Amino acid sequence: MADEASIDPAEVTGEGVRRRDFINIAAVSFAGVGGLAVLYPLVSQMSASADVLAESSTEIDVSAIAPGQAIKAVFRKQPVFVRNLTPTEISEADKVDAASLRDPQTLDERTKEGKKNWLITMGVCTHLGCVPLGAGEGEVKGEFGGYFCPCHGSVYDTAARIRKGPAPKNLEVPPYEFTSDTVVKIG
Amino acid sequence: MSFPWANEYKPGHPLMQWLDEKLPLPRFVYNAVGAGYPVPRNLNYMWNFGVLAGFCLMLQIVTGVILAMHYAANAGVAFDSVEHIMRDVNWGWMLRYAHANGASAFFVVVYIHIFRGFFYSSYKAPREMIWLLGVVIFLLMMATAFMGYVLPWGQMSFWGAKVITGLFSAIPLIGDPLQQWLLGGFAPDNAALNRFFSLHFLLPFVIAGVIILHIWALHIPGSSNPTGIEVKQESDTVPFHPYYTAKDGFGLGIFLILYCAVLFFAPNMLGHPDNYIAANPLSTPAHIVPEWYFWPFYAILRAFTADFFFIPAKLMGVLAMFSAILVWFFLPWLDTSPVRSGHYRPLFRKFFWILLVDVIVLGYCGGSPAETKYVLISQIAATYYFLHFLVILPLVSSIEKPEPLPFSITEAVLGKDEGAVLNATPAAA
Ligand code: HEM
Ligand code: FES
Repeated sequence: MADEASIDPAEVTGEGVRRRDFINIAAVSFAGVGGLAVLYPLVSQMSASADVLAESSTEIDVSAIAPGQAIKAVFRKQPVFVRNLTPTEISEADKVDAASLRDPQTLDERTKEGKKNWLITMGVCTHLGCVPLGAGEGEVKGEFGGYFCPCHGSVYDTAARIRKGPAPKNLEVPPYEFTSDTVVKIG
Repeated sequence: MSFPWANEYKPGHPLMQWLDEKLPLPRFVYNAVGAGYPVPRNLNYMWNFGVLAGFCLMLQIVTGVILAMHYAANAGVAFDSVEHIMRDVNWGWMLRYAHANGASAFFVVVYIHIFRGFFYSSYKAPREMIWLLGVVIFLLMMATAFMGYVLPWGQMSFWGAKVITGLFSAIPLIGDPLQQWLLGGFAPDNAALNRFFSLHFLLPFVIAGVIILHIWALHIPGSSNPTGIEVKQESDTVPFHPYYTAKDGFGLGIFLILYCAVLFFAPNMLGHPDNYIAANPLSTPAHIVPEWYFWPFYAILRAFTADFFFIPAKLMGVLAMFSAILVWFFLPWLDTSPVRSGHYRPLFRKFFWILLVDVIVLGYCGGSPAETKYVLISQIAATYYFLHFLVILPLVSSIEKPEPLPFSITEAVLGKDEGAVLNATPAAA
């Protein structure tokens, strides 16, 4: 501890930097760090919990889907469109210059090799998340023959690429693989 | 704070004297909404809506706390629990309709309250803080009502939750993780429903807290009035009680008649039939719209269909929608005219009415399907909306020649003011 001679004059007069200032700053900083540490779990608890995140996968038998037809399956509690494209739909998608699109991608990039007729996408509009129409029997497909989102009028083409309306991206292609000729495993 | 001529609280009964020394709550009430609070003598019925808004909040809290006794916030049973309230709980149908329509009534009242502020420029100094707190209350109300609408877990509830949290996904980089964080999953589900219930329960009490600040800030300069000129003398005011307690009471009576007419004769008029279908994550209703009170802002959201320079359409819509409310925060500094009341501002007055029509048009478009013609009208109306606040208001303030103001509130009301002569001579205070 300090003896008489080493006492800082500032300590006596109360001016300038005092040792107490250091203690104040240290204490408040420490409390601040502690506060942040407490905040972390309070914020983090809001994120998806382990059971929601748990690897889920869905197996779908596609043998019954005729060309021109589509079904809706469920992956992570959200709809997935599994669509069997007709040759005209495929050529329509291929005709488009991908570079001219809002989210440039070709149909080949969006399907698996040798399975170009199987267009598998999330049924979640990339605008604000509605389920676009066009997969169900008799639903409108929109002016580009793919999907039409009724919420704010986004239009997707036969490769489920965004062509018109407010959505920024093509319908998302989920991770999937064909486990046999007729069975797809999504996730 | 109050005017020097305010009546002073004098407890009569010894018990009240005792209470006044220990906890002067009756004195506080007397000075806040009693005979001890002098108020301009010329307030018209537009000044009823603050009290009515307070009443609506109480109504929502009382009916809401009761609903919460019967409601179950679990995605598996929420929809059924609301049906249980409607069919099995004694008077459950009435309480639920009272709460659902109470939310609509609350917004009707608050919209009138806000447009009163626009017309009489109530946001101007020295009342900026009251206005800013009011905008905060409005934002909290919107959050509360949105989360409340999710609770019955019908189709509109579900897709409303999805679309509105989807707004956050427009934010670059952090958007998608942010939406997942808000929902606690990839789509609305149990986690989202539970937290929405928790917050829906909490927020009204936060609103009550901000209302206390709002009124505290109001009591510093006191209420404005239809002439927009400040109180000068005692003859400009009357005590709040009994004059305005009576006037507010009468207004409340009219309000309750209209509210009960809807509640008992057309309880589903403002609701949406799709919300009587249980939530289905695999199918979006053909025509999804939010509750009517969000329509003008929803129309602005949908008005952006093409990218705007480097900003994607989706982000632009979201930014515009939030800006439509945030611009209100700047109103006290956008409108620079020294005259407050629209009664004395011939040009401003015209633009006020145009704005009102513009917002109604936006509301109509927001409630209509996303067809080209409505989107087009929304685009024009949304542009005008921002023009009004950012260009027209500052411009009108600088070029307009206001009409002559009366000398005082007393003169405005009585046609003459004896004090005016006295006040004209510098010696008189
Ligand atoms: C600012 C005040 C409030 C507003 C604007 C508001 C708004 C709403 C709305 C619009 C709904 C949906 C009604 C429907 O379609 O069924 C709702 C539901 C609900 N609210 Fe509130 N609310 C407020 C305060 C409260 C409070 C304080 C509580 C509880 C303490 C509460 C509890 C509930 C419950 C349990 C439901 C679900 C039952 C139902 O759907 O009717 N609310 N609220
Ligand atoms: S959610 Fe599909 S267009 Fe908005």
